Amino acid sequence: MIEAVNTLLLLFMCVTAFTIVRQNNLFAVVMLGSVFSLLSAGMFVMLDAVDVAFTEAAVGAGISTILMLGVLSLTKSRERVTFGTPTLPILLVLISGAVLVYSALGMPEFGSADAPIHQHVADRYIEQSGTEVGLPNIVTSVLASYRGFDTLGEVTVIFTAGIGVMLLLGLRRRTTERGAIEEPPAPGEGHMRHHLVLRVTAKLLIPFILLFALYVQFHGDFGPGGGFQAGVIFAAAFVLYALVFGIKNALTVVPEWVTRFLIAAGVLLYAGVGVASLFMGGNYLDYGVLAHEPTHGQHLGILLIEFGVGTTVAAVMITLFLSFARRARKKT
Amino acid sequence: MFIAATVAILLTMAFAIARMCVGPTIYDRILAVNMFGTKTVLLIAVLGYLSGRPDFLDIALVYALINFIGTIAVLKFLRYGGFGDTHDMEDSAGSPDTEPR
Amino acid sequence: MEMVNDIIVWALLLTGSVFAIIGGIGILRLPDVYTRLHGAGITDTMGAGLILLGLAVHEGFTLITVKLFLIFAFLINTSPVSSHAVANAAHGAGVRPLLDDDLETDKATGSGDPA
Repeated sequence: MIEAVNTLLLLFMCVTAFTIVRQNNLFAVVMLGSVFSLLSAGMFVMLDAVDVAFTEAAVGAGISTILMLGVLSLTKSRERVTFGTPTLPILLVLISGAVLVYSALGMPEFGSADAPIHQHVADRYIEQSGTEVGLPNIVTSVLASYRGFDTLGEVTVIFTAGIGVMLLLGLRRRTTERGAIEEPPAPGEGHMRHHLVLRVTAKLLIPFILLFALYVQFHGDFGPGGGFQAGVIFAAAFVLYALVFGIKNALTVVPEWVTRFLIAAGVLLYAGVGVASLFMGGNYLDYGVLAHEPTHGQHLGILLIEFGVGTTVAAVMITLFLSFARRARKKT
Repeated sequence: MFIAATVAILLTMAFAIARMCVGPTIYDRILAVNMFGTKTVLLIAVLGYLSGRPDFLDIALVYALINFIGTIAVLKFLRYGGFGDTHDMEDSAGSPDTEPR
Repeated sequence: MEMVNDIIVWALLLTGSVFAIIGGIGILRLPDVYTRLHGAGITDTMGAGLILLGLAVHEGFTLITVKLFLIFAFLINTSPVSSHAVANAAHGAGVRPLLDDDLETDKATGSGDPA
C-alpha cells in the first residue's frame, strides 16, 4: 500500500516536472511549481518527516508561489524561445546523471540500520534528548539545541536575504513616507472593489490564521512546528490582508519601520541568548546555564530562539512581498 | 476502508493534474490547482490515520489556509497584473492576457 | 456498538470517496470553465466534508476530532469563496460560458473564450 502511494506520488511529480519543462507560459509554470511543491510535501509525509513536510507545504506551495507571481509582474509572461537542438547539454546532463547514479550505488541502503549516521550521531540524539533537553519533539531539540549554531546560520541567511531584497528593490523614499499626513484610502478604494465576499471572508479568516501561527510557534516543542513555519504562516495572513485590502492599508497596519526593526530584532534575540549564556558561565548557546536546572534552561532557551526565528522569518517574508508588490506600480 | 478513501483521493488528484496540464484557459488551471490542494489536505489527513500519526493534521490545516491565500493571490494577479494597489494600476482585465495556453 | 460505529465510518468514507471521484470526473469531462466549477465544488465541500466526518466519527471525542472539525470549518468557508473568485475573475476577463447556441451554430467545442 505504502509503495503504491509512493509510486503514484512520484509518478505525479514526473508528470508535473515534464509539463513544467514543456510549458512556456510562465504563469502556468508557477502554478505547476506550486503543485510540485505540494507533491513533495506529500512525499515527505510518506517518509515520516513531518516538520519538513510542514515547512514545504507552507513555504514551497504557499509563499513561494505568491512571491514568484510578484516577480512575474515585473517581467514578461512567456519564456524566451531558443532554437536549435541542444545536443551538448543533453550529453552533459546524461553523463553527470550517470555518474551520480553510479556513485549513489556505493552508499548504504536507504534507511539501513548500519549506515554510519545511525550508529553514532542519531543514536545519541534519540537516546539522550529526553534526559538532556526534555522535549517530546526530537526534531526541535536537535534543531534548536544540539545544532543551534546551524539554526543561527539559517536565521542569518534569511536576514541577509531580506536585506538583499531591500537593497536591490529599494525602499521608496517618497515624501509621503516621512510621516506626512497622508490619509489612508477610504474603505471603498484601493482594493478589490467589488469583492464583498472576499472582504468578509478575509476579515473572518485573518484572526484565525494569526492565532494558528502562534499555536504553531509554541507547539513546536510537542508536534510539528516551530519558528520557521510559524513565521511563514504569520506572513501569509499579512499577505492575505494586503491582497484584499490594498497595500496602503497594509502599510498602515504594519509600517515599514516595524518590519525593518523586526528583521533585525529576531536575529538579535537569537544571538543575544547565546551571549547571555556566555555571561552566565556556559559556552555560547549553551542553554543549560540559563535557569537553575539544565532542562528548564533548555526549555527557556529553545522558546526564546524559536521566537526569534519566527519573528525574523515573518518580517522578511512580509518585506519581500511588499517590495515586489510596490515595485509593480512603476510598470504602469 | 482508509485504503479505499486513499485510492479515491489519489484518483481525483490524477484527474486534477490532467486538467491542470491540459486545461485550455488559465482559469481551468487555477481551478485544478485549487482542487488539487484540497485533495492534498484530505490525503494528508487520511495518510496520517493510516500510519497512526495524527500530528499530520496540523499540516493539513496549514495547507487548507495557504491554498486559499494562493488562489486569491493568483486571481488578483491575473485581474490586475500585479499585487499593488488597484487604483494605481491599469486594469489589465479584458482579455486573458497571460496566454491561456 | 463497535459494529455500528464501523458501519457509519465505512458509509461516510465511501460516500465521500464517491463524491470525490464524481467531482474529479466532472472536472475532466465538463465542457466549460463555469461548469467545471461545479465539479470542483462537489469535491471540496461534499467529498471533503464526508471524508473528514468519517475520520472524526472513527476517532471519538478527542483533540484530533476538534482539529478535523477545524479543517472542515476552514474548507467550508474558503472553497466556495475560491469558486466564486475564480468565476468572477473568469467572467471579468471575458471568458464566456458555452451556450446551446454556440453548440448548434458552430460545431466548435471550444469553451467560447476569445483566445
